[in-house]
Amino acid sequence: MGLEQYLLMRHELVLTLITLIILIAELCIKGDNSRKIRPFAIILFFIATVVGFLPLGEGSLFGGMFQTNGMILIMKNVLNIGVLIIFIQSYTWLGNEENKIKVSEFFLLMLSTLIGMDFMISSGDFLMFYIGLELATIPIASLAAYERTKTKSAEAGIKLILSSALSSGIMLYGISMLYGTTGSIYFSEVAKSLHSSNLQTLAFIFFFSGMAFKISIVPFHLWTADVYEGAPISVTSYLSVISKGAAVFIFVIMLFTVFRAMTAMWQDVLYITSVLTMTIGNLFAMRQKNLKRFLAFSSISQAGFIFLGMIGGNELGMTSVVYFMLIYIFSNLGAFGVVSAIANRTGKENRDDYDGLYLTNPKLSLLMMIALFSLAGIPPVAGFFGKFFLFTAAAKGGFYMLVLIGVLNTIISLYYYLLVVKAMFINKSETPIQYFKSDGYTRLGLIICFAGIVFTGLFSFVFEYIRVYAFGV
Amino acid sequence: MSNFNYTLFIVLIPLAMFLLLGLQGHKFKKLSGILGTTGLGIAWILSLITAYQYFFVYGNVGGVFKPMLAYNSVWLQMTETLHIDMGILLDPISVMMLVVITTVSFMVHIYSNGYMKDEQGFARFFAFLSLFTFSMLGLVIATNIFQMYIFWELVGVSSYLLIGYYYQKPSAVSASKKAFIVTRFADLGFLIGILLLSFNTKTFDFISLTDIHGPAIACGAGASFLGLSVMTWSLIFVFMGGAGKSAMFPLHIWLPDAMEGPTPVSALIHAATMVVAGVYLVARLFPVYAISAPQGLEVVGYVGCFSSLFAAVIACTQYDIKRVLAYSTMSQIGYMMVGLGVSHYGGEEGLGFMASMFHLFTHAMFKALLFLGAGAIIHAVHTNEMTEMGGLRKYLPITHITFLIACLTIAGIPLLSAFFSKDEILTAAFHNNKLIFFVQLFVAGLTAFYMFRLYFRVFWNKEPHYHHTPHESPLTMTIPLMFLAVCSIFAGYIPFSQFVTSDSKPFESVMEMGIAIPSVVVGLFGILIAFVMYKKETTLPDRISTGFSFFYKWAFHKFYFDELYLFVTKKIIFRFISRPVAWFDRHIVDGTMNGISAVTNYVSFQIRGFQSGQLQQYAYVFVSGLVGLALVILYAFVK
Repeated sequence: MGLEQYLLMRHELVLTLITLIILIAELCIKGDNSRKIRPFAIILFFIATVVGFLPLGEGSLFGGMFQTNGMILIMKNVLNIGVLIIFIQSYTWLGNEENKIKVSEFFLLMLSTLIGMDFMISSGDFLMFYIGLELATIPIASLAAYERTKTKSAEAGIKLILSSALSSGIMLYGISMLYGTTGSIYFSEVAKSLHSSNLQTLAFIFFFSGMAFKISIVPFHLWTADVYEGAPISVTSYLSVISKGAAVFIFVIMLFTVFRAMTAMWQDVLYITSVLTMTIGNLFAMRQKNLKRFLAFSSISQAGFIFLGMIGGNELGMTSVVYFMLIYIFSNLGAFGVVSAIANRTGKENRDDYDGLYLTNPKLSLLMMIALFSLAGIPPVAGFFGKFFLFTAAAKGGFYMLVLIGVLNTIISLYYYLLVVKAMFINKSETPIQYFKSDGYTRLGLIICFAGIVFTGLFSFVFEYIRVYAFGV
Repeated sequence: MSNFNYTLFIVLIPLAMFLLLGLQGHKFKKLSGILGTTGLGIAWILSLITAYQYFFVYGNVGGVFKPMLAYNSVWLQMTETLHIDMGILLDPISVMMLVVITTVSFMVHIYSNGYMKDEQGFARFFAFLSLFTFSMLGLVIATNIFQMYIFWELVGVSSYLLIGYYYQKPSAVSASKKAFIVTRFADLGFLIGILLLSFNTKTFDFISLTDIHGPAIACGAGASFLGLSVMTWSLIFVFMGGAGKSAMFPLHIWLPDAMEGPTPVSALIHAATMVVAGVYLVARLFPVYAISAPQGLEVVGYVGCFSSLFAAVIACTQYDIKRVLAYSTMSQIGYMMVGLGVSHYGGEEGLGFMASMFHLFTHAMFKALLFLGAGAIIHAVHTNEMTEMGGLRKYLPITHITFLIACLTIAGIPLLSAFFSKDEILTAAFHNNKLIFFVQLFVAGLTAFYMFRLYFRVFWNKEPHYHHTPHESPLTMTIPLMFLAVCSIFAGYIPFSQFVTSDSKPFESVMEMGIAIPSVVVGLFGILIAFVMYKKETTLPDRISTGFSFFYKWAFHKFYFDELYLFVTKKIIFRFISRPVAWFDRHIVDGTMNGISAVTNYVSFQIRGFQSGQLQQYAYVFVSGLVGLALVILYAFVK
């Protein structure tokens, strides 16, 4: 086995390297200069993102524990793009006085979780999968408690770690039952020995609840709101987009490969939970006045829509899930970007505060509107195509009733997304948020999101590119 | 094939200009006009190169002009076979349209630099012009009917924006709404047509649709409804869209009102380019019409014929010079439709098709010239009413000469361009449908009459008292006039039958003296009457109009069509259909919706307790959810 075979782990290796460089740089930089880490880390990560797009073959390492292919590569790149945007968006916030001593921690922890996610997506057996999962979870808990002097932030950290401990426990229980019934932890071996016995069904449901926790599927979602609200905005957007995305990616791969023998069973599980998730996520989102909390709940209901793509079990489903995640990254980060730009400047994050925003900050309002339209799925912005393909995939699998429920839920979600738009454009306010000019990094982040929303929708080659590598049950 | 890659820029440059001027126009101010004009100039040159390369270098393969795809990509995949593409299709008619659109648009851009100089929103005007040019170009190069439909709607939007350019004027606002709603209504037909057509033929693509040996055309013989085949019905519906855009009777009512827009816009959109989109649409699908739906083509012919007569009669009674030109446009488009309607597919039989495209080409030149000339007149005397004009030939020498050339051209005077194109339409009509031929011959006389009525009233006749002496327009406005005048004279010498024919095979067309001579005589007769009546101020016109008072009044009020439509919409549709529907909507539909939203709201209020903030409760819900799910699934899958 030649050394060049390790190139298959290129994403993980590059990220590890960057993490180490930043760690060393932090030791070398003294006191006031700590802020200089920010551009340094962003440039390094930008390079890593670009490197990620270089072509790479398929293959597996370590006797099948690690595997990679074209689809996995795309998934990792999608995550990289998202993290890059988050880094750019948090630039200003990290420059605040109280964050001065822990700037590099932010990057280190986030990159560590990303490494964990990459390993998780690439895993070829349950052990690697579990290690990746934990590596992806534990640093996030400390990130959620990043503003540790604030009670809410500390509370978010502790809630996240405790509830993820519970979910990990249950998931491990499921995995152990799988091992017990099949005698292997390798995906390929497990797939061969699955035959839908009752115990295996139970094992799948235990395993599922652990995944559902990460994707925040009802009824395993309750941690979401508190953690999203308490954590700093950058971490919230990370949780709602990247963390969720990575879990979705590995889950769809596992459903289509490991659990393919149990397709009829997991289709039922997805059916029930996706209906619950879309509906309950929407019902909660309607009542939220705090925009962070509002976006958190709306992201729960979006997760329900993702299941629509998976449930058909066809190639189109996998393509549409990855495509939707890409669009979702742009749209959600766009919305979070605006919220965080305003919160950083004024500390306001309630919907009422946004009244009359269009008159004072027209560009921000337009961006927010486009991002929300994309989340709601209004043509011609990208979100429409994302949802369109998810629904098509489900319809192709014959789940017409589910598509109907999904469409109804889209309408409900339209209501609350438009409430924010209404606040910005129609409502009048005595004390609107004053005009302000954002700095370069905030703008850059928003422009990338905007461009992403517009271009992924208009140009079909993105979709076609993903489609080439997709596979079905 | 890769040598046509640059055609992409013909479309993209106007789009880029629209984005630039639309978003950042306020920073450029006066520069925006120059920017827009330069962009269009480049697109114009590229179009000319395309035309040269297509017609003389690459297009002609073994005596046939092959359609070429310069660019194509799948945009939205519906099923394996049915997909919407975006691309660029080059064939004789699309290349010809590229030249027409960019030429006229470029001239209008130059002209607008002078004409719109002091207007508010100068940059906005140029941004919209660019948007329109982009959409129109996208329409003609469409590779499939759906792409065409998308750009078709975009053209409608930009026309709406430009008609309503003076948005403080209530009349402009209502005119823009009228244009949009009427054409939108027609587009509904178009969409139904597209769906029927693609459902039957399983394709959107023009090349496979119009392939005479392909499966698409053979679909025509299928099911029938009310005696016509489904194919015929779908093509009639498609034509409905075309009739709306091209202001054919009875969907013509928006065109005269659209003259509320700035005059350069009328020249570009409502004379030379957008309104001929309907003709282009029929020409695009011509093989399908001619082979699988000849009845559809007959409808096209009769609608065109009637519209042309109808509009010409109204044009004789109008006093607003732009409205006269608007009705004249409608009448000339009627000619083009007639040309298509009396044509057959292939060779000499396809004379009508060739003549129609030829007339479209020459018409674009001389009608743009007429409108721009009218703009120069309005610019000089600040009114649209010809009763307040007269004797202007002394003050506006260049405008006078170019306007005279345009009038002579439209009247069909020999050796000018429209003589050739109109004559060929008449020849085609003569050989296929005598009724249409005689009506069109009569319309030719009327055309000469109303155009010279306009000409003599404005440039000769008695001079009214002007507030200040009218003066000739600046060079930016007269240069386009002179250029277009040259085009109007010489465009007729292009051997069109060598390039644009129904089956893309060149043929020799000959002039039939037996038809040319009567049409010229009729034209001259029309001019003579106009000369007697309007050269000097006489009471003759008034005596005639009182003599035919009933008919005159009828025509003067445009045969009361606006009133009829208003009556139908307000008194019948609004009262007997809209009101009950509104009641149903307000009480039943809204009631149901309100009920649903109340329930949703109530439920979401009730379940807020779940989100208590208590971690132990979260764990409890988590585990009970797990158990519940496991029970349900195990129950369903128990073995």
